[in-house]
Amino acid sequence: MIELENVSKIYPNGVKGLQDINLTIDKGEFISIVGLSGAGKSTLLRSINRLIDISSGDIRINEQSITSANEKSLRLIRRDIGMIFQNFNLVKRSSVLRNVLSGRVAHNNTLRTLLNLFPQKDVDLALKALERVNILDKAYTRSSELSGGQQQRVSIARALAQEAKIILADEPTASLDPVTTKQVMDDLKKINTEDEVTVIINLHFVDLAKEYSTRIIGLREGKVVFDGSPAEATDEVFEEIYGRSLKEDELLGEENL
Amino acid sequence: MDTKLNGPVPSKPSRWSFYLFLIGIFIIVLISAIYIDANPFTFFRNSENMFDLIGSMFPPAWSYIATTTPAMLDTIRMALLGTTFGMILSIPIMFLCARNIFRIRWLVEASRIGLNILRTIPDLLLAAIFAAILGFSPIAGIVALSIFSIGIIAKLSFEAIENIDNGPLESMTAVGANKLQWIAFGVVPQILPHFVSYVLYTFEINIRAAAILGLVGAGGIGLYYDRALGFFAYDQVLALILYTLVVVILIDLISLKIREKLL
Amino acid sequence: MNQSDPLKKARRKRRWKFTTLFIILIALYIWAFSGIEFRGIQETAWPVTKNIIHGFISPDLSFIYSPDGEDLIRGLLETLAIAVVGIMLSIIFAIPIGLWAAKNLSSTSLISQSGKGILSFFRTMPDIILALLFIKVVGPGAYAGMLALGIGAIGMLGKLYAEEVEAMDEGPVESIAAVGGNKLQQLAFGVIPQVLPGFISATLYRFEINMRSAATLGLIGAGGIGTPLIFAIQGRSWDRVGIIIIGIVIVVLIVDLISSALRKRIV
Ligand SMILES: Nc1ncnc2c1ncn2[C@@H]1O[C@H](COP(=O)(O)OP(=O)(O)OP(=O)(O)O)[C@@H](O)[C@H]1O
Ligand SMILES: [Mg+2]
Repeated sequence: MIELENVSKIYPNGVKGLQDINLTIDKGEFISIVGLSGAGKSTLLRSINRLIDISSGDIRINEQSITSANEKSLRLIRRDIGMIFQNFNLVKRSSVLRNVLSGRVAHNNTLRTLLNLFPQKDVDLALKALERVNILDKAYTRSSELSGGQQQRVSIARALAQEAKIILADEPTASLDPVTTKQVMDDLKKINTEDEVTVIINLHFVDLAKEYSTRIIGLREGKVVFDGSPAEATDEVFEEIYGRSLKEDELLGEENL
Repeated sequence: MDTKLNGPVPSKPSRWSFYLFLIGIFIIVLISAIYIDANPFTFFRNSENMFDLIGSMFPPAWSYIATTTPAMLDTIRMALLGTTFGMILSIPIMFLCARNIFRIRWLVEASRIGLNILRTIPDLLLAAIFAAILGFSPIAGIVALSIFSIGIIAKLSFEAIENIDNGPLESMTAVGANKLQWIAFGVVPQILPHFVSYVLYTFEINIRAAAILGLVGAGGIGLYYDRALGFFAYDQVLALILYTLVVVILIDLISLKIREKLL
Repeated sequence: MNQSDPLKKARRKRRWKFTTLFIILIALYIWAFSGIEFRGIQETAWPVTKNIIHGFISPDLSFIYSPDGEDLIRGLLETLAIAVVGIMLSIIFAIPIGLWAAKNLSSTSLISQSGKGILSFFRTMPDIILALLFIKVVGPGAYAGMLALGIGAIGMLGKLYAEEVEAMDEGPVESIAAVGGNKLQQLAFGVIPQVLPGFISATLYRFEINMRSAATLGLIGAGGIGTPLIFAIQGRSWDRVGIIIIGIVIVVLIVDLISSALRKRIV
């Protein structure tokens, strides 16, 4: 369970990224966060695993405050939270397997990981994760030699191998074509239902959000302006979130798939 | 998570060539260390000397700065003139070495080989030889630095020439220009800022080099290093080091300012 | 009339700038030339030159190898060894200081600035001056030369390393932080794999410089091929000078070739 209590974020330059957010997210939910560019979607997501320090309020993961956690317990909390980035953030020169194994660093002692001596159990986990996203045959390929969609699946595999209980995905499909987008979303959905992993995802396309999620959260100027099921998210609601009617490019469009 | 795989695991690529490479490097370093008897303990055994040396450097003999100022000015003169002559000599050489200027294959390749050979000879070695030929004077230093500068300026410049935009060259050919006109109007405007920048960069290197050429008799402040060390006057040595540092940093700053304005 | 005024002004200003620059340069050269004693050239210059050229044409081949004592091969091997051990010493110091000086790895600019300060301090010290000082500490010979190169290269290597780190993609580092990796793990999995090729390339570049420096260290008594060279110059045995310089040129050329081939393969 993730709880956000009166969370606000003010950037050093005075921009209000988040304003008084209150949310409770249960295990196994698939949540899409939608909103205009600059609405604070990334800020919200990155606050949850404290890649950004919030200015006030409290965020608790399974009853434990990440906001006030010390270095060591912060690392232990993060160990259970996978993160998937828009531009993949893989080490391009390292092999696929090494990138996936890097999800296991917090499970092992530092010296072992520095010497690249991961236990066989971890290697098995990593290979299985690669198989689940259908790129096992690329295990020893350099990451830079993969396509964008394949690279994104490597980072999903990293979250899988990490045995994350929560996956945060910040516009994971923004640099992918419609077909690959669907594959990546399907992968995430599969992990969500099969492993009961909570997925929180920032999305640009509202029809993707409606198709995949169990709950949609609309942000506008750092505030939650909508929180409900996809059925409740009518076109009027999106007009409210975006402050205008939807544009063509905010729909992925069935005909594109 | 159940980790049983359904498909075949790809075979792990062998890394033996990488490990072999690492072991090779390790062996080379080890043999080198043994060859020159580079026992780390030798240093620590002598660390007392080190502290004695540093101790006797303080306070620096500031008065020595006044004594050595004429030599310092000589150093700057040597660097200035050495860079200038080097620059002049570099101009024909850099055009000869650029593959997109002269189409005479053997001439270009021969010039490049010549330049590469020239670049292997260290500044101090040139100075030692010219000091033997010309006598112990700043002239030896100027000649050594001129030749040394060619290696840097011509190398950097011909690489810049090879990277120029071909458009202006083609339009010069189109209007029927001869080779000299072609270089003057098609090539020179494109590489001039780079060239000036390389010359200034070489000047920075030459100031540092000129400061030590005196050690082999080629004039400048280096002579005084030799003298002060010979007399074990380490406070004078420190004064010299600081003096050189200040001059080097000042000239770097001036040169940097000019280079920023140019590019 | 009025409209062309600013244009004219700009042109006049430019002409002014050029004239000033011109006058400064002329003054500089007058000062430089007037300070040099051109009568200082010794009369023997020409015969000595002839002898040197003769020395290069018929070098002292017997010096290449002699079963006992000093010869060219041993001198060159010692030079190579000084450069190799020197670069190892520099790497050991330059990596931590370089990481310290990289501004994207330090939380406040105060930290990286102090690292940069240390590096520029090291960079201003010429190898040869360091060699003179180390001779006083450990005595003349290759050991002093190795220390001088080792310490002397820290500034340049560290600076190149820091620049490499500052140019890297910070995303992968952040992703290691996000899975709970500590600082060392972020370094090992996020930073090092990205910067390693750049580090190796910078190290090889510096090694090429080390070779040239190592060849001259002996001129002031810090070991390597420079030692027999300075004796040969002082003893005016130009055929020996010839063979030594030919030896240096060949070895440095080979090192340059290998190094640039390796650098091309890495990137
Ligand atoms: N490091 C920062 N410093 C200052 N302001 C920031 C910083 N990061 C984000 N902001 C500001 O905070 C607000 C929210 O940004 P955020 O990145 O969370 O938006 P977003 O909804 O993710 O937008 P996008 O769809 O473009 O990714 C924006 O106004 C942005 O300009
Ligand atoms: Mg964003």
